[in-house]
Amino acid sequence: MEAIKFSYTVPGDDFTRAGDASTDLKSKLKKMGVTGAPLRNISISLYEGEINLAIHAGGGEITALVYPEKVELYLDDNGPGIADISLALQEGYSSATEEIRSLGFGAGMGLPNMKKYADEFHIESEVGKGTHIKMVVNL
Amino acid sequence: MAIKYTHSVTLDSDLCKGCINCIKKCPTQAIRVRNGKAIILEGRCIDCGECVKVCPHHAKKVICPSMDDYKQYKYLVALPAPALYAQFNNVTEVEQVLAGLKGCGFDSFFEVAKAAELVSDATRRLIGQTPKPVISSACPAVVRLIKVRFPSLIEHVLPIVSPMELAARLAKTEVMEATGLKEEEIGCIFISPCPAKMTYINNPIGSKKSWVDGVISFKDIYPALCQSMKNPEPDILETAGRIGISWAISGGECSGLFNVENYMSCDGIERVIKVLEDLEDDKFENLDFVELNACDGGCVGGVSTVENPYIARTKLRKLRKYMPVSRNRLEKSIPANMLWDKHLEYVPVFEMEGTRMEKFKAYAEVEELLKELPGLDCGSCGSPTCRCFAEDVVRGYNTADKCVVKMQKKMEKILSTLMHD
Repeated sequence: MEAIKFSYTVPGDDFTRAGDASTDLKSKLKKMGVTGAPLRNISISLYEGEINLAIHAGGGEITALVYPEKVELYLDDNGPGIADISLALQEGYSSATEEIRSLGFGAGMGLPNMKKYADEFHIESEVGKGTHIKMVVNL
Repeated sequence: MAIKYTHSVTLDSDLCKGCINCIKKCPTQAIRVRNGKAIILEGRCIDCGECVKVCPHHAKKVICPSMDDYKQYKYLVALPAPALYAQFNNVTEVEQVLAGLKGCGFDSFFEVAKAAELVSDATRRLIGQTPKPVISSACPAVVRLIKVRFPSLIEHVLPIVSPMELAARLAKTEVMEATGLKEEEIGCIFISPCPAKMTYINNPIGSKKSWVDGVISFKDIYPALCQSMKNPEPDILETAGRIGISWAISGGECSGLFNVENYMSCDGIERVIKVLEDLEDDKFENLDFVELNACDGGCVGGVSTVENPYIARTKLRKLRKYMPVSRNRLEKSIPANMLWDKHLEYVPVFEMEGTRMEKFKAYAEVEELLKELPGLDCGSCGSPTCRCFAEDVVRGYNTADKCVVKMQKKMEKILSTLMHD
């Protein structure tokens, strides 16, 4: 069955808008009858992704493909890339600046939470080129 | 979606011009314009009163009974909401208002502020036993909003009856003991700032039955009360302190929680929705308690109030200045009559209908239809947004040809064809 596609653009460094995509997708999924743990997993992993796009990547694109049995989330950016992915996936590791941390972000839980809340998590990154993440949450 | 529900917010068709002010303002997208008149989708309405506030033609109304409707009771108890005390000029003591209520045909009063202090005490005791953050259950519009839009937060809602409900239960028991009258002979009438509380009586939240027998709005009792307040009786004494009185304003309920540090209060339905969205996504860490009021400023902002909510807040601050912090506390553990006896249930009024697959297909249709719509959210079709219109069309509540922008383009095309011929 063909997926329903939703696309979002996340602007870089704009904290007022980071979170809009997860809120919007959540309201649409609710109308499709998605509730409980899957809904929560989708909104948390997508929200973490949005924050990462805003803080680290200078913005990026989100594509959500909704199927009756799963939701696929694609996060693509042309940001600085991640040199050591396994380090970035460690809880508490953060490359966020002091300034960002003083705002309450940069706790080093972004990527770990995305991995934790998604049923599937794939990441590809190249320094200087950008990062591509695919997450799947089963409904 | 047919749900048996008796609402207090209603429409006077004769006054309705079919403008789109109310459909735009409704937080649950519960209003449509059909054939030039607004209609309320009952399953979605949470009786918040936003449409009443915004209607420029005064067509949206709060239905509320008058004193004449309560003649069948042998004994009438007034249950004044604390916000009532802040509605008047030249009131320096709560006793003046309480005396005035007796002059309006009530045999006695039971302050909702008094019951509120007991609810505060019970909340302090229960706060460790309900999943954190605990969400206040005092505002019925907010609890109904959670029921229809935020199912994952239902378990966080404080399972204690509202101060109004508790006041009725305590008042009735007291009067029965004092007078020997039967339960049905005593009428407990809530003096209300809002329609959500009125709806509660017919559709109680968390309780199988409400002990509140009726409601009179601030607006309706105001003229008579202003008259009767001139002759206060010396033996009438206020029964609540600062905490109870403060429940009338946003932040007041929180002020009664001494044992937690991380609490938050939020007022105004749009801001409340934002907070609920964020709570749903776990965006607040270590939060113990959340107080949410649908109206701006709290109950003083209710649609049936008379005074400007911010002036009312100032008046309340003056009234409570020399009051003790609290006059009421529970003697033992939380009594059973303060706890909910019925669980909140999710009412999925926003979901498309049918099985998971049918819902999915229906939403795919919505997305297809949206591609053809202008995205102006002009409301001329009678639905608040283009997306909502598309959902209505897929549900069969509207037809695709009702989009005036699409229609105009079609007309232009026909015209240009005619011109060229």
